[in-house]
Amino acid sequence: MNILMLVATNTPFNYFPVVLQLVVAVGFVVVMMAATHLLGPKRRTKDKLINFESGIPAIGNARQPMGIKYFLVAILFVLFDVEVIFFYPYAVNFKSLGLEGFYAVLLFVAFFFCGFYYIIKKGALEWED
Amino acid sequence: MLLLQVDMAFLIEKILLITVILFGSLGIAMYATWGERKVAAVMQDRLGPNRAGPLGLLQPLADGLKLFMKEEIIPDRSTKFLFILGPCLSMLTALMTSAIVPWGPDFVAASGHIFTLQVADINIGVLYVFGVVSLGVYGIMLGGWASNNKFSLLSSIRSASQAISYELPMGISLIALLMMTGTLSLREIVQQQHGFWADGYFSWNFFKQPLGFIIFLTCSFAELNRAPFDLPECESELNMGYHQEYSSMKLGFYLFAEYINLFVSSAILITLFFGGYNFPFMDQMATSLNSPILFTLICVLVFMAKVICMILFFMFVRWTLPRFRFDQLMKLGWKSLIPLALVNMLITAAVILLFFNK
Repeated sequence: MNILMLVATNTPFNYFPVVLQLVVAVGFVVVMMAATHLLGPKRRTKDKLINFESGIPAIGNARQPMGIKYFLVAILFVLFDVEVIFFYPYAVNFKSLGLEGFYAVLLFVAFFFCGFYYIIKKGALEWED
Repeated sequence: MLLLQVDMAFLIEKILLITVILFGSLGIAMYATWGERKVAAVMQDRLGPNRAGPLGLLQPLADGLKLFMKEEIIPDRSTKFLFILGPCLSMLTALMTSAIVPWGPDFVAASGHIFTLQVADINIGVLYVFGVVSLGVYGIMLGGWASNNKFSLLSSIRSASQAISYELPMGISLIALLMMTGTLSLREIVQQQHGFWADGYFSWNFFKQPLGFIIFLTCSFAELNRAPFDLPECESELNMGYHQEYSSMKLGFYLFAEYINLFVSSAILITLFFGGYNFPFMDQMATSLNSPILFTLICVLVFMAKVICMILFFMFVRWTLPRFRFDQLMKLGWKSLIPLALVNMLITAAVILLFFNK
């Protein structure tokens, strides 16, 4: 009976089935990978193991510096995602925080939009250049 | 300390449920590939798979067997460990998200034991989904980078920046929903949408948050790498995309993970916005049936029917709309969806505080 009581309240015990699922999922993945490794034929030739580049001989290494825009998007994501995460505790409690809390969040969103306006004016999200 | 109190019955029940859900989602993912090909065929006036078994129903099994029996090729210049880790991680994250979906209502057996059709009811449910889904990016990123192929690398970078860009509006659009529910637990969110009509209005969240739903749906398309946002695997530009160098079941893992994700995100969309397992006149049905097991079964079937409708919707969209260009995709995500989701959130908050706060 004490297990049902534990499940009803929020304790680390609630996460126990997630761990169980992780164990089952890892087991499944490992078994499948082992099975496909053992079942398939193994006839390795030198030509088969080169990288595919539309049939022409490969030129250079693929790991070269790439467009900075992608990194910029990643950095902006980190900035804005942290701000989004701040909304979650507010969303759950906002009825008890009332209008006062709403004004505070309005101010926060205003700051959010300031940063947003800045990055758009700076051209951080322009892709044609 | 807590783990010591686990008794055998609880453990067996959970492991049984997990196994059924995992293999169920694998089976549905397999038949989703068949369904996708049939839908594509119907929309393009073709027959689709029809050789293996009646209506080609054995086609997914044949495909699976073929993937097992194919040679495993690991290119010479790839990073071997990460090359193998990529598809494994992709599959693992796809299998983990189903842990918090409530598949049906609890039912009380004659012995008084309560069975829950949800693997884990954790109070941060929605955040758990976001966490696991964002880990899925690593699978694609690692696979694409480890292949040491230009197409794969380009595709995985595109995929990563697409996924993280659309996570922002997805998160914000959900906040408006959470303001109404006041909880992050999926189980409570479903229970609040009981039936179909309550207090003079629809009880399903879709009718209370239509804009939030549209934003969330658009972001799901992007997160699932599906058309019209299937830029990571657009054949005309990138050959096959991030799984270019993969063969045998490692390729299969990437493909299956995509369909499992499709199934689980449909389930989550249904849970959040379309009432999960709830359906109109469910209370009348429960009393007239007078059999909790049968009623639970019907609820699960209703839920699965809704999920299949959602999957079909994803498929119809894929074969109807052309693909976006990458700059259009980024523009839509950052410049339209984020402000729209924020405004939706503020309007929801204002309306609830001014008119519904008792």
